[in-house]
Amino acid sequence: MQSSFSLSFAPNSSLAAPSPRSRPGGEPSPSAPISLRFCGLRREALGFTPLKQSTSRHVRVPGGRCGGGKVSASLSDNGSTPKSFDYDLVIIGAGVGGHGAALHAVEKGLKTAIIEGDVVGGTCVNRGCVPSKALLAVSGRMRELQSDHHLKALGLQVAAASYDRQGVADHANNLASKIRSNLTNSMKAIGVDILTGVGTILGPQKVKYGKVGVTDNVITAKDIIIATGSVPFVPKGIEVDGKTVITSDHALKLESVPDWIAIVGSGYIGLEFSDVYTALGSEVTFIEALDQLMPGFDPEIGKLAQRVLINPRKIDYHTGVFATKITPAKDGKPVVIELIDAKTKEPKDTLEVDAALIATGRAPFTKGLGLENIKVETQRGFVPVDERMRVIDANGNLVPHLYCIGDANGKMMLAHAASAQGISVVEQVTGKDHVLNHLSIPAACFTHPEISMVGLTEPQAREKAQKEGFEVSVAKTSFKANTKALAENEGEGLAKMIYRPDSGEILGVHIFGLHAADLIHEASNAIALGTSINDIKFAVHAHPTLSEVLDELFKSAKVNHPVTSSVSEPVAV
Amino acid sequence: MARLLQTTFLPSSPSLYIARKSSLPGHPRNGPRAAPIQSKIREIFMPALSSTMTEGKIVSWVKSEGDKLAKGESVVVVESDKADMDVETFYDGYLAAIMVEEGGVAAVGSAIALLAETEDEIAEAKSRAEDDSSSAPPGPPTAPAPAPAPAPQVETAASVAPVVRAAATVAAAVGSAVHPASEGGKRVVASPYAKKLAKELKVDLGMLVGSGPMGRIVAKDVEAAADVAADAASAATAGAAVAAPVAAPEKSSAIELGTVVPFTTMQGAVSRNMVESLSVPTFRVGYTITTDALDALYKKIKSKGVTMSALLAKATALALVKHPVINSSCRDGNSFTYNSSINIAVAVAIDGGLITPVLQDADKVDIYSLSRKWKELVDKARAKQLQPHEYNTGTFTLSNLGMFGVDRFDAILPPGTGAIMAVGASQPTVVGTKDGRIGMKNQMQVNVTADHRVIYGADLAQFLRTLAKIIEDPKDLTF
Repeated sequence: MQSSFSLSFAPNSSLAAPSPRSRPGGEPSPSAPISLRFCGLRREALGFTPLKQSTSRHVRVPGGRCGGGKVSASLSDNGSTPKSFDYDLVIIGAGVGGHGAALHAVEKGLKTAIIEGDVVGGTCVNRGCVPSKALLAVSGRMRELQSDHHLKALGLQVAAASYDRQGVADHANNLASKIRSNLTNSMKAIGVDILTGVGTILGPQKVKYGKVGVTDNVITAKDIIIATGSVPFVPKGIEVDGKTVITSDHALKLESVPDWIAIVGSGYIGLEFSDVYTALGSEVTFIEALDQLMPGFDPEIGKLAQRVLINPRKIDYHTGVFATKITPAKDGKPVVIELIDAKTKEPKDTLEVDAALIATGRAPFTKGLGLENIKVETQRGFVPVDERMRVIDANGNLVPHLYCIGDANGKMMLAHAASAQGISVVEQVTGKDHVLNHLSIPAACFTHPEISMVGLTEPQAREKAQKEGFEVSVAKTSFKANTKALAENEGEGLAKMIYRPDSGEILGVHIFGLHAADLIHEASNAIALGTSINDIKFAVHAHPTLSEVLDELFKSAKVNHPVTSSVSEPVAV
Repeated sequence: MARLLQTTFLPSSPSLYIARKSSLPGHPRNGPRAAPIQSKIREIFMPALSSTMTEGKIVSWVKSEGDKLAKGESVVVVESDKADMDVETFYDGYLAAIMVEEGGVAAVGSAIALLAETEDEIAEAKSRAEDDSSSAPPGPPTAPAPAPAPAPQVETAASVAPVVRAAATVAAAVGSAVHPASEGGKRVVASPYAKKLAKELKVDLGMLVGSGPMGRIVAKDVEAAADVAADAASAATAGAAVAAPVAAPEKSSAIELGTVVPFTTMQGAVSRNMVESLSVPTFRVGYTITTDALDALYKKIKSKGVTMSALLAKATALALVKHPVINSSCRDGNSFTYNSSINIAVAVAIDGGLITPVLQDADKVDIYSLSRKWKELVDKARAKQLQPHEYNTGTFTLSNLGMFGVDRFDAILPPGTGAIMAVGASQPTVVGTKDGRIGMKNQMQVNVTADHRVIYGADLAQFLRTLAKIIEDPKDLTF
């Protein structure tokens, strides 16, 4: 583990020159692995601890007691440095973004507080990625057990599989509370002050927090990070009653499994829920405003995904339509959805279904933050920031000592992106300039099979190539050719890489197939570290593993660039 | 040549297209217009997706017949020896005819579908597709298509089609065809899976009555319809062979003991309906009715073709006029559905099954017409040719086992209706009369099973009293 890491690390500094992202590729890269933490749940970071121990200043052992002592030591010397501030860093919002920033801040020796008005963990842990993964874990198994054809091919016989809705719902709920307490403990253990209440910015470097009916506390901080996240976006005309017309917040509680549910929006959220609902026996109707399902995915991946995730399932769809009015079921009447043509605005259809899930995206949660006190105007609710997450005020000037990360700035609405942005901010406030490369942040949709991606889609890459005058090539490999996938009898899938044949730079990788969400990191790390295809193609993958799908992908790329790799150079063992 | 559709992957030589175009069958129907029109109907070929590919399998049609296609849209997914690929169209138009169905295999370069430029040309392209498919497997493209060849095929399809529709709703609940979800039949409300299945099994959703919530068509309705359709199709085939000396083997004629015989589709439908009936809270009220007057009437007008079933249906209908609640049903557990017409369904045993032909508007139609209608329906039922509205629109059901000497029995309420009446045999009975004497009267016992969610005991009692009055003084039956 250690040796393989240091090998891939070594060429990185030498590659720094040709890469436009020399900074993230250079100095702060030891922090890069941390930024890949998913929702703060996984302990990938542990895998890197041996390496980091050698860098001496390390204190991050999540939940570990021994870490606490070290921290207080570091806190005591850092606690004295601020002149008149209560804290070095105050983070408003204890979601995954705030959590990631807080942990890194403590590691960097900052006296840190985090303000949370609701529950620790934010959307991801309580109403998002975490409980939905629990539901998807169930739906994946249900799907396997229901697939007679698939089971038969493996020689298995399973009598009718069934489920207990409450049991499934409890699993999701228990997971959320477990992760929430883990998160809370990990912050408490290293001495982060968790302040309860709604945080409001009073002025530069000044924040108040408090609950209704309780006197507000005012604290000062050298730097402030806004990490207030987002809430489900409900278009106007749609009446959410929480029972038959619901958002993801309600759906994750799985209070019912309707016979027929319409899902408005076919992005990540809608797609994942369609996977859950169809596995549990519902029929699904997608309502998508754009002309194609799954907008935002690479078109080729989207098409394949549609063939596997939509067409064979009990799903139909209406594309190019807006749901202008959705009335919840009452008095024996079903949920009524009125559709209009997205272009002509003519009424198109009326649907009557048992339930409707509104998955039309998420809106930033920035109300009550007191942004007017520092003359910041939100844009569609988002806090405007520059590439270093520094907040920009109404006049276009940077607000000193104020940052905004995560869904609230809308740059990339993903839990791990928020965390990475938070770490980037902490790097900056501790004196190391840092710009996060958002193109290296992977994203995943946990359907069965999964979809994952990093970087540009093919159309985006081609557009960029045309503008900047370089060539673009595409390499593809199929899961059908992968031994492990075939052993699992899950040969359906595709990995696709968009790259520059002149430099070997990876522009984007898209995977649809078994465990795609786990496979993407080889590509995202390569992009983050600026690794050329010519280098990575010499890295060895264990056989037989799914990772060979990517191995083959790298090997099938045709790069004109000469090999500069130290991977291919002899290394003394 | 540029007008012929090519696919992105099509490697074939241009000479192939030339050959193909010149070979387009000069269909007599097209007459002199044939040439210009043909140029607007393009063929979609099986593309060569790899250098080693000789034939390809159609994984799925992304578009279906009649769909509008825009340039660059994918039309079909083809599996080659290497991978599955989407094949896109180079032209705008309509997918007129699919010549190789999903799962089918076609040689590289052979036509798999036709693309019409305008909607008007779809029909023409279709006929050409038929010719093409009947002419020969895609191979030597120069063979002209024999025009009469497809005729028998078309006929078969035509004769099966109505049967499919007829059969479509046997399993559906007896009830009015217009369900609340469809806005008076203006639109079809079917669940996503039901729609998918209907497309796959080629069932016309418009002809189905849904059994789902709010009258929605759900997958099992489509499945049942398709099952019955398949059955009916085979029945139709058997019917066509009537002239043949060898009678089609009847399932019921010889039962082999010690075997397990799966349900026919109709039996399956009955089974499903019976199980479904368990979800309805029913109760029963019986009544003894003197039939001397009715018997006398029957004797009098029997020669005019009036049947006892029609008389009973008529009497029941007249009683229902006065008690609309007995003609109502409970569909959603929350409301009464008062039916606008009185349609009496009468259970008829047919080979290996049971069907309920419906006497529509039995209260309004005179007894003679009603009797004629009844004969017609029974004949049709035996021939398995009932149309859906002739067996699925009943609002009240009659079941009569009197002809077997059964004096009383108990019927199961068909889902979707409010009540069913079981009629026993009319038998001479010793009764005490009002003047204190003992006398003989013909009496029959009727027993009504009703859905207690909408029909209560007193309702049924009053209805039965009215019915008894009508039967005991049947002058109204003949107007």
